[in-house]
Amino acid sequence: MADPMKIRANVVGDSTEVKVLMNHEMETGQRKDAQGKIIPGWFIQNVKVTHNDKVVLDAQWGPAVAKNPFLSFKFKGGAKGEKVRITWTDNRNDTRTDEATIA
Amino acid sequence: MKDMHPRKLAAGVVVAVLGVTIGVALAQTSTVDEIAKYREALQDGNPAELWEARGEEMWTKPRGPKQVSFARCDLGMGPGVVKGAYAHLPRYFADARRVMDLETRLVWCMVNEQGMSEADATKTTFGGPGRRSDIEALAAYVSGQSRGVKIDVALDEPHVRDMYQLGEKMFFFRGGTHDFACATCHGDDGKRIRLQDLPNLTTVEGARKAYSTWPAYRVSQGELRTFQWRLNDCFRQQRFPDLVFGSDASIALTAYLAGRANGASFDAPAIKR
Repeated sequence: MADPMKIRANVVGDSTEVKVLMNHEMETGQRKDAQGKIIPGWFIQNVKVTHNDKVVLDAQWGPAVAKNPFLSFKFKGGAKGEKVRITWTDNRNDTRTDEATIA
Repeated sequence: MKDMHPRKLAAGVVVAVLGVTIGVALAQTSTVDEIAKYREALQDGNPAELWEARGEEMWTKPRGPKQVSFARCDLGMGPGVVKGAYAHLPRYFADARRVMDLETRLVWCMVNEQGMSEADATKTTFGGPGRRSDIEALAAYVSGQSRGVKIDVALDEPHVRDMYQLGEKMFFFRGGTHDFACATCHGDDGKRIRLQDLPNLTTVEGARKAYSTWPAYRVSQGELRTFQWRLNDCFRQQRFPDLVFGSDASIALTAYLAGRANGASFDAPAIKR
């Protein structure tokens, strides 16, 4: 199974600022290994963030995103102690969900 | 073109050449600025945290044939104590009768306490695609626990002092196919490899800035790199023979550079291009 994400969520004014580090190889499918064989593409395709079961971010990603991606975004609302839930799904249908408490 | 005066044409060429020269000079300063901006932008989301998290988990879990965790591993501050340990390494360990840096000590604990073979413990000293390094993750966690701690290598301890002096000799020793020394690149201000500014390690500020920011996440490699890796790659770039992981030579150079950085506030794992 994939390694955990590192999530920080903080209230800033009337919004919540979320910073996420994800553990992922993000292979583009364009690179070749030492033998000259193409390394198959392996990257996160979908990122979904929910706050109180409401989707606040739904992103479609591709191979242009770098290895071990860092994502930072804000959404309106959110209060200390509430939960933010983040799920990514990659092109191998591997998925990982982590949760953080807003501080 | 037909009625263009040849002298005019020549003048145009001169202007164009001048323009290129100025352009190159401007591009150089602005490239350095842009790299600085890029580094700043990266500070916020340093993937080194992912290595730290993995290392922390490994530190507490039973490992190896004896199924023992690192709780008994003494990094010099007492068994299992991690806080501030990195800032005092390398140091002399009486149980191993050797001066050791962090990576060497981790291997020693894996072998002597967890019962792993030396070969198993050092199988993946540096990670790469598809092969993750436990040592890099552990080094990220342990060094992260020294953030903000003043670097304090005991140079008055005779064994450490010997290593420091040996390291100093190595730093200035010229050899290899290119007649290179560490000091060839790191002995003057304002040197570069391609676009990377090289620190002048013979000055206290240079040594402090460099040593206090390793281990580091290398964006271009997507890996967290330890100080052993840094030295190993410097040896490769100098066309020196391979620097053996955990060898006295590697520890001597580490002791020299860490000792030079004494007094600096430790600030790693950092992030580098």
